[in-house]
Amino acid sequence: MPADKLQSTIEGARDTLPLVFAAIPFGIVYGALGHAQGLPDWVVIAISMVVFAGASQFIAVTLMATGASIPIIVLTVFVVNLRHMLYAVSLIPYVKQFSQLKRLPMAFALTDETFAVTFNHATQHNPSAHFAHYYLGSAAFMYINWQLCTWIGLVAGNQIPQLTSFGLDIAMVVAFIGIVVPHLKMPSHWLCALVAALSGTVTYDWPNQTGLLFSAMLAITSGVMLENRLNKKEVI
Amino acid sequence: MNYLLLIAAMVAVTFLPRYLPFYLASKLQLPRSIEQALNYVPIAVLTIIVVQTSLFKDGQLALGLNNPYIGASVVAFVVALLQKRLFITIVAGMICYAILRYWFA
Repeated sequence: MPADKLQSTIEGARDTLPLVFAAIPFGIVYGALGHAQGLPDWVVIAISMVVFAGASQFIAVTLMATGASIPIIVLTVFVVNLRHMLYAVSLIPYVKQFSQLKRLPMAFALTDETFAVTFNHATQHNPSAHFAHYYLGSAAFMYINWQLCTWIGLVAGNQIPQLTSFGLDIAMVVAFIGIVVPHLKMPSHWLCALVAALSGTVTYDWPNQTGLLFSAMLAITSGVMLENRLNKKEVI
Repeated sequence: MNYLLLIAAMVAVTFLPRYLPFYLASKLQLPRSIEQALNYVPIAVLTIIVVQTSLFKDGQLALGLNNPYIGASVVAFVVALLQKRLFITIVAGMICYAILRYWFA
């Protein structure tokens, strides 16, 4: 790999480091939870390797424990994953320069974390040809970490059955706050966050995270409308 | 339960939403208004995940002091406003969480 591409890869990994750190407890809890639900180890590991989507994996494992049928589990996972479609659409301007062959692994590794880091990078720097390498650095780091943590969770779950009740997703929560806050630059961004927070709270008990999708649409629309309104005033 | 079938189906419903927009990327010319809206995606989605995770415990709204997620989130928010390093925000939030949890346990 030429030096400049290698440098982009390292940069992508470095910018993702705080999120890798935050994902560690998440991955361990997933492994421990899968173990506690009585799933064979190979199933817990295989899901991490080929699905690679934290929230979906949690929900699938939890649903399996309640005896849900395969169609119910799959449908729920699908709805939970719809936010990734929003992420992918957001990245279109930066990935369309690449071949379909390159887009396959990029899509496979599109997590909340890698989206947040690479989208941030792409909007702040001129999207360069090295975007794929930056993305690779971020995604590969997340992926390797996720596999290791799943495995640790499986092993640790044997020793510490109560590990899952510890509330370890706090790292994820504060990491997401740390990602969102620097995005809040204009009044319309603040409005979007405010509407998202209120609507997300009110629609919490909607089934299958439909509240998340509804609230996201509502918040995005509010932000865009305010931005357009403020821009119009400036022109006049 | 047929685990192989389940895993294959999960791969399909996870991969397709991620890949479909990428697949269509070159064929699709996004209108300016959509591109504008997409800038709001991270703010909207991540904020919702944050409030839904920190304000609810066991499916119930938990706004009391015995929910350490709230205090930790507020501290993380303030720390993130004051400086931009993600690591510092995460560490501050987690320390606050640990203190609150210990205090009100």
